[in-house]
Amino acid sequence: MPLLKNNTLVPETWLHTSADGELPAGDVVVPFARLLKEWEQLSKRPGKLGVSLGNVDRAEALAMFLPKLQLIELPFPAFNDGRAYSIARQLRQMGYRGELRATGNVLPDQLQFMLQVGFDTFDIGERFTLATWQQASKLMSLAYQRGLYRRNDEAEIWTERHTDAEPWLEQPHAG
Amino acid sequence: MYRYDEFDHQFVRDRTNQFRSQADRRLKGELTEEEFRPLRLMNGLYLQLHAYMLRVAIPYGTLSSKQMRQLAFIADKWDKGYGHFTTRQNIQYNWIKLEDTADILDALADVEMHAIQTSGNCIRNVTTDHWAGAAADEIADPRPVGELLRQWSSLHPEFSFLPRKFKIAVTGAPNDRAAVKVHDIGLRLHRNAEGAIGWEVIVGGGLGRTPMIGVTVRNFLPEHELIGYLEAIMRVYNLYGRRDNKYKARIKILVHEIGADKFKSEVEAEYARRPQASTEVEQRELQRIAAYFAAPQLEKLPRWSPGFEEAKLGNPSFSRWTKNNLGPHRADGYTIVNISLKPDGGIPGDATSGQMRLMADLAERYSFDELRVSHAQNIVLPHVKKDDVFAIWKALEAAGLAAANYGHAGDIIACPGLDYCALATARSIPIAQSISRKFADSAKQDEIGKLKINISGCINACGHHHVGHIGILGLDKKGEEYYQITLGGSSAEAASIGTILGPGFAGHEVADAIETILDTYLKLRQPGEEFLAAYRRVGAKPFKEALYAAA
Repeated sequence: MPLLKNNTLVPETWLHTSADGELPAGDVVVPFARLLKEWEQLSKRPGKLGVSLGNVDRAEALAMFLPKLQLIELPFPAFNDGRAYSIARQLRQMGYRGELRATGNVLPDQLQFMLQVGFDTFDIGERFTLATWQQASKLMSLAYQRGLYRRNDEAEIWTERHTDAEPWLEQPHAG
Repeated sequence: MYRYDEFDHQFVRDRTNQFRSQADRRLKGELTEEEFRPLRLMNGLYLQLHAYMLRVAIPYGTLSSKQMRQLAFIADKWDKGYGHFTTRQNIQYNWIKLEDTADILDALADVEMHAIQTSGNCIRNVTTDHWAGAAADEIADPRPVGELLRQWSSLHPEFSFLPRKFKIAVTGAPNDRAAVKVHDIGLRLHRNAEGAIGWEVIVGGGLGRTPMIGVTVRNFLPEHELIGYLEAIMRVYNLYGRRDNKYKARIKILVHEIGADKFKSEVEAEYARRPQASTEVEQRELQRIAAYFAAPQLEKLPRWSPGFEEAKLGNPSFSRWTKNNLGPHRADGYTIVNISLKPDGGIPGDATSGQMRLMADLAERYSFDELRVSHAQNIVLPHVKKDDVFAIWKALEAAGLAAANYGHAGDIIACPGLDYCALATARSIPIAQSISRKFADSAKQDEIGKLKINISGCINACGHHHVGHIGILGLDKKGEEYYQITLGGSSAEAASIGTILGPGFAGHEVADAIETILDTYLKLRQPGEEFLAAYRRVGAKPFKEALYAAA
């Protein structure tokens, strides 16, 4: 599966595991239910740990695990099911700084929204060319909302208009 | 009026270019219709029965003369020379070609307009009181908040794929002309005991298949907290609103199913978690915007205008029109002119390009260059000297725009219905026309007095029939159109949902049925009692008896 990060294709280094069965050696992504069930064991094993959260799961439920997690996958079962946008934003606002990956029905026309709420890697499939994805990442050069993840040349309008006012506590930037 | 700065201009241009590329890809077959659909919808482009329909946003219903002229230009160049003003203060063009759409969006951007989020499961154009900034009863102009919300909601990355569409209405006056209790979020400005102003936040109202009156989640929210608080409401809705059934996906169903208290506690918990407590930027932005809405330089005039009074004495038609079509302005010597887009037997809300240009000219000359679109599908000149009203009326009359039925039986709200709409189950426009013709007699209409008749062509209720004093819903029964009548609805501050009266009527019977209802009202009313008040006093019984006794 091609993976998009920082507008280039990167190799997949994570191993995806199912709900149960033997854990392979290396960096693994486990379903959220397994994380809850086998936390003790998972937190002690060598290698990096990631989780794939459902979009009906609550971000708060991950709070105690966040310091140990280096990848969180959030699914888009359909491109117009927007729940993962809010979960992504909540996770970033909870202080999560690891990799946040969008999976499922990820399309170029939603890429910039996903970047803005804090996703940084994308399971993109084979359908569109890299050039299409690169172009899609910067369709808008500015946004009104504050506290979004964005490129250095992507302006936050309200902040630009009031540069002398108190800045957003933490001004995030994409990748 | 608000004016775009360099950022607003760039934002709309970026968006138009983005749409141009999407439309190109669709025309070349690189996007499927299914994938293109949400993209075009977020730019206001629908595929209707006969053609594409483009819905253009008129934020909080305010237009300059220049903008109105551009709308006329678009009607001439890319449509059939007319446009349709909607119940959400927008304008729709019904005969648009996909390949022209990006050019139309460019023409709109030239006059600081767009079609962003006039459709799709996102936050739609914010609506407000069409008398904002002019009304005698107003606490403060609600449009600065409307503009703040327009900016905040535009391409909001988190809230562009909500469970369903989302409508926000704002009012700054105690007499609610913006129907805030039947919106997904309604904001009502009011004063507390200390005289300070704050916003009542009402959530979960709506019409459609399941009409509901909204519940208050905050009674007195300080203005600078609006953005943060609305973010919390939107997030709760985005996460927990139903997505399994589009007819149960509006926020009103979520509020109803989990209960107002649980909904409120989810919102408050989310609000408490907001990462940024400071609202300095929002406050400054609101101040910056508010400066654009500074009141126009009104002259100090006497309350009494001899020229106006004289013209009324000399011209009964004019006199009658002034009685029905003027609204109380906050300044002496000024008035609010309501231009009815409901000529006898006409199509509610339609205006030709020539009529648009005339109204633009009148606004430029007599009303500080400003027009408003009302949710009842009329046009308002908000700041007019009484001395100028007669000249305006003469110009309107010559253009077929002097219908004296504002707020009366002929001032009917109707959706496009089966004549245009792919969802409709029955026609709305011919029903509106037949009722309008029935009450074309001005004396009868005046005798009946204030009345709201609303017509929807299907249960989605775009014609707001639930909140009409008389509501008419067009349905399909085995291939035949028939119409259900409801009484007692209202979208005003004492909002209520109408009650179904009894079995429905065939299309050709509706106007007679309405006449029977109104004749019954005339017989039983107390002196000075309006239709809605009379209905609330006596209930449905006498109306049922009059309508169904014969059968």
